[in-house]
Amino acid sequence: MKKLLVANRGEIARRVFRTAKMMGISTVAVYSDPDAEAPHVVDADEAVNLPGAAPTDTYLDIDAVLAAAHLTGADAIHPGYGFLSENEAFASACAEAGIVFVGPSPEAIAAMGSKIEAKRLMADAGVPVLPGVTLGADATADELAAALEVTGVPALVKAAFGGGGRGMRIVHHGSALAEEVTAARREAGAAFGDDTVFLERFVEHPRHVEVQVFGDSHGNVAHLFERECSIQRRYQKVIEEAPSPAVDDGLRAELCTAAVAAARAIDYVGAGTVEFVLADDGRFFFLEVNTRLQVEHPVTEMVTGVDLVEAQLRVARGEPLPVDLVAATLDGHAIEARLYAEDVAADYAPATGRIERLSFGWDDDVRVDSGYESGSMVSTYYDAMLAKVISHAATRDVAIDRLAGALVRADVHGPTTNRDLLVNVLRHDDFRAGRTDTGFLARHDCTTPLASLAVRRVHAVAAAIARQCEHRAGQTLPSGWRNVPTAYQRAEFTDVLVEYRFGRDGLDVLVDGDEIAARLASAELLSSGDDGGQVQVGLVVDDVRRLVQVHRVGAVSYVDDATCSSTLVDAERFPLPDDFADPGSLLAPMPGSVVRILGTVGDIVEAGDTIIVVEAMKMEHRIDCPTAGTIAAILVDVGEQVDTGTLLASVDDHDHDDDQDQSASPAPADREIETSGS
Amino acid sequence: MFVRPAHRPRLIVAGRGACGSTARGSVELREARPLSFAAVPVLRSNVDHHSERYTSNRDGMLALIADHDEQVALAVAGGGERYVERHRARGKLLARERIELLVDPDSPFLEFSPLAAYGSEFNVGAAIITGIGIVSGVECVIIAHDPTVRGGSMNPYTLKKNLRAFDIARENRLPVINLVESGGADLPTQADLFIPAGNIFRNLTQLSGLGIPTIALVFGNSTAGGAYVPGMSDHTVMVADRAKVFLGGPPLVKMATGEDADDESLGGAAMHSRTSGLSDYYAVDERDCIRIGRDIVANLNWRKLGRGPSTAPDRPLYDADELLGIASVDLRIPFDPRDVIARVADGSRFEEYKEQYGTSLVTGWASIHGYPIGILANARGVLFLEEAEKASEFIMLANQTDTPLLFLQNTTGYMVGADYEQSGMIKDGAKMVNAVANSTVPHITVYIGASYGAGNYGMCGRAYDPRFLFMWPNSRVAVMGPEQLAGVMSIVARQSAASAGRPFDEEADEARRRGIEEQIERESHPFVMTGKLYDDGIIDPRDTRTVLGIALSAIHSNTFEGRRGWGVFRM
Repeated sequence: MKKLLVANRGEIARRVFRTAKMMGISTVAVYSDPDAEAPHVVDADEAVNLPGAAPTDTYLDIDAVLAAAHLTGADAIHPGYGFLSENEAFASACAEAGIVFVGPSPEAIAAMGSKIEAKRLMADAGVPVLPGVTLGADATADELAAALEVTGVPALVKAAFGGGGRGMRIVHHGSALAEEVTAARREAGAAFGDDTVFLERFVEHPRHVEVQVFGDSHGNVAHLFERECSIQRRYQKVIEEAPSPAVDDGLRAELCTAAVAAARAIDYVGAGTVEFVLADDGRFFFLEVNTRLQVEHPVTEMVTGVDLVEAQLRVARGEPLPVDLVAATLDGHAIEARLYAEDVAADYAPATGRIERLSFGWDDDVRVDSGYESGSMVSTYYDAMLAKVISHAATRDVAIDRLAGALVRADVHGPTTNRDLLVNVLRHDDFRAGRTDTGFLARHDCTTPLASLAVRRVHAVAAAIARQCEHRAGQTLPSGWRNVPTAYQRAEFTDVLVEYRFGRDGLDVLVDGDEIAARLASAELLSSGDDGGQVQVGLVVDDVRRLVQVHRVGAVSYVDDATCSSTLVDAERFPLPDDFADPGSLLAPMPGSVVRILGTVGDIVEAGDTIIVVEAMKMEHRIDCPTAGTIAAILVDVGEQVDTGTLLASVDDHDHDDDQDQSASPAPADREIETSGS
Repeated sequence: MFVRPAHRPRLIVAGRGACGSTARGSVELREARPLSFAAVPVLRSNVDHHSERYTSNRDGMLALIADHDEQVALAVAGGGERYVERHRARGKLLARERIELLVDPDSPFLEFSPLAAYGSEFNVGAAIITGIGIVSGVECVIIAHDPTVRGGSMNPYTLKKNLRAFDIARENRLPVINLVESGGADLPTQADLFIPAGNIFRNLTQLSGLGIPTIALVFGNSTAGGAYVPGMSDHTVMVADRAKVFLGGPPLVKMATGEDADDESLGGAAMHSRTSGLSDYYAVDERDCIRIGRDIVANLNWRKLGRGPSTAPDRPLYDADELLGIASVDLRIPFDPRDVIARVADGSRFEEYKEQYGTSLVTGWASIHGYPIGILANARGVLFLEEAEKASEFIMLANQTDTPLLFLQNTTGYMVGADYEQSGMIKDGAKMVNAVANSTVPHITVYIGASYGAGNYGMCGRAYDPRFLFMWPNSRVAVMGPEQLAGVMSIVARQSAASAGRPFDEEADEARRRGIEEQIERESHPFVMTGKLYDDGIIDPRDTRTVLGIALSAIHSNTFEGRRGWGVFRM
């Protein structure tokens, strides 16, 4: 193996490159168009563009990836996780092309790709599995009842193919079974193209525990202990740790033995993960085998000291399992938090945008694997995981504190992230006590922002001071000086107003009209430039002095102190007149007279429909509808003189439930008027 | 004669350590760290905060400042609560609110003559606000009518204040922004107003002729004479449904021609923006108008012609707060101006010129906010022959090097007496007046104490057209001190009685003396002086450095050159 292509992007590509370089292997990156400037491209020795943006056109395009390998002469491909990592066809194509696929055999991938097949294999190998029944498309009511007999309640209906929680439904009573099965089938069919579902025992308060296994081509299989990944939101892991706080030595031995048996059952080669569901009573059941390197592999690396990527590459080269892997022991505790660009409050909606700064405090025992850097763009095309932050310490408590500290002190400036959620989880009593299960986030509200309202106000003051420093940079006259003081200086942010004055006795400051007993101890403009200004503000609040860092980029202030962060956005001091208009407003573009009106109140209109014609300077200007909807008002008459910016008419957006029906088959206008009036 | 003692007399010799340059734990926000300038002497100026003189000066000065604040509050109150409320109810911004929106956030604004019209029948402040502010990065003269005071109409004091602002704009080459909302002339005062008010039109267009941009932001009434403000300005913005710019309103038009016309058709923003073309920009509201005004300035492609700060602008080593205890409230007690300079000059650095000659006047070189400046400051009130000669030489030297001059006045005038007259006091005094009058470098004058007699002239009083003139609240301005003036009057009366052989009524004389003293005391009060616009405003001594910094920065918007060709004749 001389040259390794990583058919992936982001942090995992960089992770693989790091080890490859240490092993003297040349590296090749592939990248989509939006990733042209991405850090993983720069990290590799060579890089090949996969034209396009959507994953199917780029990182999922087997031919394009193989072409890149041929172009660069890469003799091995590491698939990372996701994308082509568990794609049997890709593994086969690599083999056909004479390229080493760093992963298990196509057969093993195929065997584990079907959950039903995988479960049967494991049951045969003596691995505990959840009792379950596959339900064919034509299952009768009797068959359904019989199936429920096997599994017991509660039971879970889920898609046989696919994952990510789609198509999963929980059945608490036999009466609901038929309905849930039908619904699950529909979802599974829509999502995965195969509506086979199965029913299995549902474990309440389950923990997600998985065992890292490793096989080589010499028939050796070893394990690297377990990880617990119970903290999940919408079936997506967010915090993972090793070892599991719920697993003692005895249980560990059972789990690991079962996992090794599972791997042996499919002649597993390479890195794999056997996932189990662990019940309150210590019983565990096989879930599935992930035939790839996991996102959360670093926690295992940190507690065992084994470089899993190195082991993957050695095994792929045909070497036996490294000695350190076989002889690995558990050392301390490691926890990983996945920092996502997402809006927790908006139901974890992905956030996008430019990362103005991403930096973590320097700590040897905190590892950061990230595919992003300051200046990177988070696009809508790919996963928005900004970084994995992993701490390692002798004990779980210390590791928790270290990780929470690293997260809190990190500069994460740009899109909204789940940082506060992560910290809230880490600091939660139940989490600290090891009372974790997959329902943790549903049960505990961890969405409270770390910055309380009071702290946010202090941060707003700091941002105002920083803004002021920026305004006064290079000036020696006192800031905002008046010989006839009347008004305070105003720093208006979108959600908070700071008014302040540097009086003879220091800073007077109001936040949203309330006086804040804040004294300014220092304010230092550390740097300024195109990429924003950095101001360190020392504020004394309630006799305690705190340093607050403010990073200003354009109109945005990113405020960090030792305990939390805030983002404040300057309100526009002089909003342009047009900004006052509602999106559905039709404004006169120039002064003129109204010559025609082509609609009446209540008409259903499409975006682009002409509603009013204004004549000015012998030319007719059509005033088109900016948005589809209903004409709510027409405010001018034919012949009327209008000014630039005069509101001519307004259109109400459609947000009715029957929107689709309307567009599909326009109904008579009179009915529509009633609808819009209701 | 006075001989300079080896030990420089100090107002108050310190028993305590030097006070730091940061006041009251406030913050080093704005100025660079002091640089080491080994070559330039740094003033040592420690004061004893516990001496009786310090505390009584401080108490006295604070009381005077409080009096001043009280008057300023009247000016800020404009036409009073009722009119302010009415103005707001119309959805309008107050004049000062307009200015606050117009100037750059966090920039300083120096308002001129806030107590104009003090002591007159008119509102303190004269219904107009003028000052230097920074708009889109450009130092401008801002002139705003206060429509809450009699509709912003103009009285003779308003006019004087307005014209003074134009002077400042012209001399220092500062763009002018008029925030217009004025009902025109205050008609009952038209006799004192009509003729000189023509200067407003003339000045505006002359400014334009000099390449100094003029901008009119019209927020409301701008009628009759006022209509010419937008008319004479380079750039005009009018607020929709608010601006009314016409020569004659509906009643006047009806009277003159019988025509029935409404406000909008005679002078609305829409009409002027579309029909007459008088308005260059149509603003939808006041805020929009100010936005447009800021954009106009941003697009002036403006460049200051003078050079920027050229020396280290570090703070003085001593706290400006101590000026309150240093300056004498009782003007009979002199104080060392070096103690003032040490709290005004960059890094308290002062290179004294002719330190041991003519010691009643301190002269020397310093810089303020990085702008080099020559300073002349009275040390012990009286100007003798040597002081006059020294001043003349120093002024000429400043002209040789194009260095602006700062006059710190605390003078009781030129020395009188047979010896001095015979030695040519008038000749030497004339040299100094000559030098001041013919000097072409910018002058700034601050009255920090007494300003009596021809000393006011020699030290560049108002008649000598300093670019800026400010007063401390403790200062007094008169032909001579009240006691002296009353005494002189008494002696003259006594002589007159003697020569006429009339008996001299001592009791009546005493009453008259007291009356004259009181009158002079009243008339020489800085509020009265500033009310008559004989200065550009009373300033808090603690703000002196800032005010001078703003003034010097404004001065350097223009070029200037010292007078050459008179050579330096030694005297």
